[in-house]
Amino acid sequence: MDQTQSLRPSEEFRGRRIPHIEPFRQSLAHHGIELTRGQTTTLQVNVGLICNQACHHCHLEAGPDRREVMDARTVAAVVACADRFRFQVIDITGGAPELNPNLRELIERLSPLVPRLMLRSNLTALAEGNRDFLMDLCRDNGVVIVASLPSLNEAQAESQRGRGVFRKSIATLQRLNAMGYGRSHLELDLVVNPTGAFLPPSQEQTARRFRQVLERKWGITFNHLFAFANVPLGRFRHWLERSGNLETYMARLAAGFNPCAVPGLMCRTMISVSWDGFLFDCDFNLARALPLGGRRTHISELGDLPAPGAPIAVSDHCYTCTAGAGFT
Amino acid sequence: METYYDPQDLPKFEEIGRDAPELAKKFFDYYQAVFAEGELTEREKALIALAVAHTVQCPYCIDAYTRACLEKGSNLAEMSEAVHVAVAIRGGASLVHGVQMRNIAGRISL
Repeated sequence: MDQTQSLRPSEEFRGRRIPHIEPFRQSLAHHGIELTRGQTTTLQVNVGLICNQACHHCHLEAGPDRREVMDARTVAAVVACADRFRFQVIDITGGAPELNPNLRELIERLSPLVPRLMLRSNLTALAEGNRDFLMDLCRDNGVVIVASLPSLNEAQAESQRGRGVFRKSIATLQRLNAMGYGRSHLELDLVVNPTGAFLPPSQEQTARRFRQVLERKWGITFNHLFAFANVPLGRFRHWLERSGNLETYMARLAAGFNPCAVPGLMCRTMISVSWDGFLFDCDFNLARALPLGGRRTHISELGDLPAPGAPIAVSDHCYTCTAGAGFT
Repeated sequence: METYYDPQDLPKFEEIGRDAPELAKKFFDYYQAVFAEGELTEREKALIALAVAHTVQCPYCIDAYTRACLEKGSNLAEMSEAVHVAVAIRGGASLVHGVQMRNIAGRISL
């Protein structure tokens, strides 16, 4: 990495510098770390920003009013890319991916091309409307479901995700369990995000508690639980600013900088494609409009996967992924 | 200084070790060991600490352990119940002394 570039002091945050925070790029330099790409093994596909929920922590500001949806042509380009490069993991995300009318085609065409196909679900979109067929589709294609459940407490969960979400989420988890998810070869994972301007709990301890409480109260089982910090972008950042928590939260993330987390960061091994087909190092850089390799590249123009050692675009939101145990 | 309690003082806690470093080290090592996961989880210990913080009415501790409880995965309902445990013990401690009052009154009353 170019040292003069890494020490430049203008790590802006959408035009606003956060006082008392060392720019992320500078933190890396202080620790003598270069954040560069490794071998690319994962393709993350963001199929659109439309969502039936408008969660307060969403870094993409997804919601019912958004109209950005991956079209059939871009889906075909994604499938062609997956066919060509044969990733180890493909991770379908959104918005609520369930609301994309091309999701069935995407799953059916990607499934034979990858050993691990994941679908990120908010648990309400999966079961609402006439989308019951999606659960069968996921089961039949062995899709791993990664579901958001921030808290075991209804009020706390709904403070993040909206009224009525908690009970629907519990009901969907029970239906998934009844189909074999979380209790057979069908994998059901949970994601826990904090419900405010604080860091996530220990993943191991939280998994143990969620396992006990979900089983005892609702008879729900799952495979793995991931505890991730909220990224100070999008709707969550607006809330941090409005509530006067932005500087304290950024300081908390920066104070938690863990150099040992850097080698395992997801941005080193994934490429993320946006709803309109452009490439990024991760979904957060997508939200921040920091393109892969420093220039906008469409997935249909991707000549080769990023070379190991190539630089990764960073900004202060990257502190989210290096705080504590990291965001992998 | 406008008030005795300043939130900016909390991060300065470790400065207390400057003039008695050995004692401070023993205290902070002990403190860290107390809050590590043992027979009780870190989350449970943070809830106990929150309740005790309300008993000793320490604003620093209430600030620190409100945040700690949330970061350990507790929710507001659990934290409120923990505070009520402190309140019950404090209130109960007063009320149980009513037995002394009754004993004394009984001794000196017709």
